[in-house]
Amino acid sequence: MGATFDIWKLTKQVLFYALVVVIVVVSVFPFYYAILTSFKSGTDLFRVTYWPTSLSLENYRQVFTQGSFPRNLLNSLFVASLTVILALFLAVTASFALSRVRFRGRGLLLMVILAVSMFPQIAVLAGLFEVIRGLGIYNTPWALIFAYTIFTLPFTVWVLTTFMRDLPIEIEEAAIVDGASPWVIITQVFMPLMWPALVTTGLLAFIAAWNEFLFALTFTVSNQTRTVPVAIALLSGGSQYEIPWGTIMAASVVVTVPLVVLVLIFQRKIVSGLTAGGVKG
Amino acid sequence: MASIELRNLRKSFGAVEVIKGVDLEVRKGEFMVFVGPSGCGKSTLLRLISGLEDITSGEMLFDGKVVNSLTPSKRGIAMVFQSYALYPHMTVYQNMAFGLKLEKGHSKDEIRQRVEKAADMLQIRQYLDRLPKQLSGGQRQRVAIGRAITRDPKVFLFDEPLSNLDAALRVATRIEIAKLHADMHEVTMIYVTHDQVEAMTLADRICVLRDGLVEQVGTPMELYERPDSMFVAGFIGSPKMNFISGKFAEPFGCETVGVRGEHMIINEGPGRWTGKVIHNENLGADSYIYVDIGSEEPVVVRLEGANTYKSGDSVNLSPMDDKIHRFDKAGKPIR
Ligand SMILES: Nc1ncnc2c1ncn2[C@@H]1O[C@H](COP(=O)(O)OP(=O)(O)OP(=O)(O)O)[C@@H](O)[C@H]1O
Ligand SMILES: [Mg+2]
Repeated sequence: MGATFDIWKLTKQVLFYALVVVIVVVSVFPFYYAILTSFKSGTDLFRVTYWPTSLSLENYRQVFTQGSFPRNLLNSLFVASLTVILALFLAVTASFALSRVRFRGRGLLLMVILAVSMFPQIAVLAGLFEVIRGLGIYNTPWALIFAYTIFTLPFTVWVLTTFMRDLPIEIEEAAIVDGASPWVIITQVFMPLMWPALVTTGLLAFIAAWNEFLFALTFTVSNQTRTVPVAIALLSGGSQYEIPWGTIMAASVVVTVPLVVLVLIFQRKIVSGLTAGGVKG
Repeated sequence: MASIELRNLRKSFGAVEVIKGVDLEVRKGEFMVFVGPSGCGKSTLLRLISGLEDITSGEMLFDGKVVNSLTPSKRGIAMVFQSYALYPHMTVYQNMAFGLKLEKGHSKDEIRQRVEKAADMLQIRQYLDRLPKQLSGGQRQRVAIGRAITRDPKVFLFDEPLSNLDAALRVATRIEIAKLHADMHEVTMIYVTHDQVEAMTLADRICVLRDGLVEQVGTPMELYERPDSMFVAGFIGSPKMNFISGKFAEPFGCETVGVRGEHMIINEGPGRWTGKVIHNENLGADSYIYVDIGSEEPVVVRLEGANTYKSGDSVNLSPMDDKIHRFDKAGKPIR
C-alpha cells in the first residue's frame, strides 16, 4: 500500500517538473537564442548552435558606434519615463475623483474609460495623427508621450480606481477632520498606501511605452527622434540584401536589460498588506 | 469650549429623509450622549455636526455662529471613529502630529510637546515609534483618542468608540474617557453609543433619538425616573422596563403600566399578581427571574444576590407603588 502510494507521488512530481521544464524552455528559448546570437560574429551567425561557441563583443560595439542607437536609447528612456510620470499623475487624481467623489454618471464614465482601451491602435492612428499635427508636436518625443499616455490611462485609471475604492473611507474622513485638503489626502495618505498598485501599473506603463512600435514608427521620421524598437527594425547592414542579425540581437539584448533591472528593483517594493492596522478589520 | 445649537436640522440621502427636523442644544463643556435603536440616525447626526456630511436644511450654530458650510477642521472638531481609522503607514507619533503639521504655524518643538502631553495622558508614550499594526485594539483606540486630543479641539465627537473592544477593555477605556472629560472639562463632547452603561455613566445629558427625531433629552436620572414616553422608558435601563397592559393595568387607571425589574417585590404573603417562574438568570451580584403572570410578556424581577427559585415555582409579586409609571393609549405618561 505504502509503496504504490510513493510511486504515485513520485510520478506526479516527475510529471510536474517535466511540465515546468517544457514551459520554461519554450518561453525562454527565443531570448536565450537572441543572447547567443548577439555574441556571434561573421559567418558564425548562420551556423545553428545551442551552446555558446564564441564570445565576441563586436556586435555590441557596432550597435553603440554606428548610427544613432545611443540617442535612440535616450529617447526611449525619456519617452517611457515621462509617460509613466504623466500617466500616474493623471490616473491618481482621476481615480480619486472616480472612487471618492460622488457625482452623476460616475459609473458610465468608468465604463467609457474601459471601453476606450478596447480600440486597436490602428483604428485611432489616423485621428491621432491629425491631433498631433495640429498640436505641432509631430516628429518630437512629445508626440509619443502624448499618444502613449492616452493609451496607458484607461488601464491605469481602472486599476487605481479599483484599488482606491477599497481603501477604508474612515481613513479619508479622519484626514478630512485633521484638516487635509484633497491634494494632501492623495499625496500623504493614499499614495503611501497605494505603492503596490502604483509600482505595478507604472511598471506596465513603462514596459508598454518602451516596446511600442506602431506609433513610434508613424509619429517620428528622423533618426534623432526615433525610439529603440523602430531603430532596431530599421537597422541596416553593409548592403541592401544583408540583414544584420548580430547587431539586431545585440541591440535587443541591450534594450531588454533595463526592463529586467526595473522589475528586479521594484519587485521588492511590491509589498502587500500595507493597510494592516489602520482600521479594525 | 463651544456650545452647539441645532435648529430644525434635516438630512436626506436621495429621497430618504434620515434626520427629520432635530432641535437640540448642547451646552459648553457638556458630555452629551446620543442613544437610540440601530438605524435611527445617531451616526448621521454626529456626522452632520462634524461637517463630514452636508446639511440638507436647517441651521447649525457653534457659539452662536452658523457653521453649516464650514469644513470639519474649520469647525474645530475632532472625531474618534469606531474603526480607529489610523493612518496605517505612519507611526503613532506621526498619526498624532498629522493634524498639527497641516495647521500651519506650529513649531516642531511645540508639536512634539503637545503629542507627548497627549500620549502621557493616555499612557501610550512608549508606543510613539510603533506602527498601528503593532498595537492591540485598545492601544489603537487610545492612539485615535490621542490624535484627537493633540489638536486641542473645541468639540470632541465619538462614534461608538468602544464597540470593537472586548468587555474588560471597554470598561477600562470607558473610565479613561470619563477621566478625559474631567481633565478637559471645557471641551464639549458628543458620544454615540448602544451601551446602556456607557450612556448612564458618561453622560451629563442623554439625547434619545427615534427614527430621525429627538424623543427626549435629559440627565440620565431624569430619563430613568421621568421618561416622557413609553419608548424612552423601555429604552433606558437594563433589564428593559416591564410593560403590562389590559386588565392588569385597569386598577392603576391607565392603558399600560410600566414597572422596572428592580421595582418589583416578591411577597411572602399574597401580592398584587401571582405567576409561575419560567426562567432564572443568576449573575452573582444580582439575578433576574422571569415570571409568567398571564400578561403578554413575562415579567422580569431583579433581585439582589443569587436566589434559588426554580422554573415552575409559584410566586406572589407586587410593584413598588411609588415607582410605577403609567402610560396612556398614545404611550405618553400620566403623572
Ligand atoms: N450615505 C448614506 N446613503 C444612504 N443612506 C444612508 C447613508 N448613511 C446612512 N444612511 C441611512 O440612514 C439611516 C440612519 O443611519 P445611521 O448610520 O445614522 O444610523 P445609526 O443610528 O448610527 O445606526 P447604528 O446604531 O446601527 O450605527 C439608516 O437607515 C441608513 O441606511
Ligand atoms: Mg452608527
